[in-house]
Amino acid sequence: MFDTALTAKDLVFLAQGAGMTLFVTAISVFFGTIMGIIFGVIRYQIGPWWAAPLTFVLDVFRSIPLLIQLVLANAFVTTVLGLRVSGFTVACSVLSLYTAAYCSEIVRGGIEAVPPTLRRAARSLGMTWGQDMTYVVLPLATRVALPSWIGLALGVMKDSALVYIVQVVELLKSTQTLITRLQEPLFLLMICGLFYFLISFPIARFGGYLEKRWSND
Amino acid sequence: MFNYNFRWNQALNSLPDMLEGALVTMEIAILSMVIGITVAILLTLFRLSGNRILYAIATTWVEIARNTPALFQIYMVHFGLGGFGIHLSPYMSLLIGIAFNNAGYLTENFRGALKAIPETQTRAARSLGMSPLQAFQNVILPQMLRISFLPMTNQMVWAILMTSLGAVVAMNTDLYGVTSELNARTFRTFELFAIAAVIFYLITKAITLSARLLAARLFRY
Amino acid sequence: MIEIQNVHKSFGALQVLKGINLTVAKGEVLTVIGGSGSGKSTLLTCINGLEQIDSGRILVDGVEVHAKSTDLNKLREKIGIVFQQWNAFPHLTVLENVMLAQIKVLKRSKSDAEAEAVRQLNHVGLADKLKVYPSRLSGGQQQRMAIARALAMSPDYMLFDEVTSALDPQLVGEVLDTLRMLASEGMTMICVTHEMKFAREVSDRVAFFHKGVMAEIAAPEELFGAPKDPELQKFLAATH
Repeated sequence: MFDTALTAKDLVFLAQGAGMTLFVTAISVFFGTIMGIIFGVIRYQIGPWWAAPLTFVLDVFRSIPLLIQLVLANAFVTTVLGLRVSGFTVACSVLSLYTAAYCSEIVRGGIEAVPPTLRRAARSLGMTWGQDMTYVVLPLATRVALPSWIGLALGVMKDSALVYIVQVVELLKSTQTLITRLQEPLFLLMICGLFYFLISFPIARFGGYLEKRWSND
Repeated sequence: MFNYNFRWNQALNSLPDMLEGALVTMEIAILSMVIGITVAILLTLFRLSGNRILYAIATTWVEIARNTPALFQIYMVHFGLGGFGIHLSPYMSLLIGIAFNNAGYLTENFRGALKAIPETQTRAARSLGMSPLQAFQNVILPQMLRISFLPMTNQMVWAILMTSLGAVVAMNTDLYGVTSELNARTFRTFELFAIAAVIFYLITKAITLSARLLAARLFRY
Repeated sequence: MIEIQNVHKSFGALQVLKGINLTVAKGEVLTVIGGSGSGKSTLLTCINGLEQIDSGRILVDGVEVHAKSTDLNKLREKIGIVFQQWNAFPHLTVLENVMLAQIKVLKRSKSDAEAEAVRQLNHVGLADKLKVYPSRLSGGQQQRMAIARALAMSPDYMLFDEVTSALDPQLVGEVLDTLRMLASEGMTMICVTHEMKFAREVSDRVAFFHKGVMAEIAAPEELFGAPKDPELQKFLAATH
């Protein structure tokens, strides 16, 4: 059907790129979420005034292009500090912090959505702060936060396309490499786009479904 | 502590060039928003039209914009259209790519906003003799844009950040492009990109702030 | 003249109008009373074509409302309707609310529209609220604005669909006063209402709807004084 010069070897190359995209995403979302929860809880707990410095730093990650964050981090670690660190490590670190910045916002919003009266009720039943957090706040906040978190995770997957700038060969970069060699941009880009779409679309739909179901009661 | 010699002066000498790039960045972001909002209103009408084909076009647009990387979309405009013999300049590719992305996300925001407007508003307008289109234009649209104002501001910030993706189509007149050309000549990577980062930060803050002021002026009801 | 001929209408399996026949003459004030679900509100939305009907005909000045060839937007210029929920356009000032349809639908000039709007708002007692946004008005004031908005289109007929039902009790009076004034000026009106005292005072005729059927129609003295239909007797006993 298609007249293409694409070989099995090239397909493996693309698949490796796709694997890298998923790998970088998984690592960044994992660490980013943990940090995001910690930052989010801290920000909520100590109040907006004391949290201002942390809020500022996290906001910087959301106000500067990711591409520049990657270039800067790479330049800082390798030329300023003179360390030998792989692009992969830089990419995962920056993406994790980037994820954490958005995630802390989601977590804080989730906690704030839990009615204070409910928490007072929990504490007046003799629950400790930890128990209140675990059994009252966490389950309720999760309902509010999960759909946004799913959106964030998918966003990180799409944004991970930028790590090519620190020499990490993920899906889009490997596609680009093949395009340069095979000169079949449209066909190759279709494959690449389809891969992102097939992962993102169902999960996004699922997130939308959760949001709808949970906001109805 | 560091063995690295910071040369801020040398980098700061390039500031005028970078600020000029910042203007191009803002120009692209603003144009992409104007196009994006216009197209999003059109796609919203497609969705409301009750015509299956128009609905499918709108949905496809929205889902592709939201489920593939913006970088991919820009790449597609530049190299993908090239496959059809349509060759666009880096500037046009970047602008169209970002506008495509904006339109998709904004259409989705508009959908949410429409849900917040009571059905009875349309009914009231229709009972005064307005056609469906008149009711949309005069009664629904202004309310929809107001409800979507915050998401639109966020999308504008995104548009600013997305201009950096012009790198992939060899765009060299925007802030990111100018910075990376300077870098190729001087190799003061850290200093140059740190300055670019500060400029980006200031632009995004300026946008958020002016949006807030604008909202206070526009929405007095 | 509004002529309603053997109109049937159902929502799914639920029959809300079961063969209504009714004629309202120019200058007449007809009030429609009845329990909830009696079909009285549906009838109003059918008259100005906001709802389709299943069978029968509705003619307004001889024009069939539900005929394919009828320009509904044109027809609606003749028929003003005010709903239970006043539906103020929140993004426009009171003055702009009343001007909008005049400019867009009747193609009046801005100054003509403004003059008419001011006149109508004066009429309903909102002359001091012209530049205010609806969110600053009470429910009664918003409802009076909605009435002015409909009147500004210079309609030949006015339909009022339980216009006081969503109002706080202390605000009902001001809106009813506005309706009384219109009635005394000779406007042709159909009012669906729960206000029996009002119905008795202003109506030329009162119609009682029950389960999609017009069970009784008569002059107010007769209908309230000597109700014949047993359901009407029950209804009146319950509302007193």
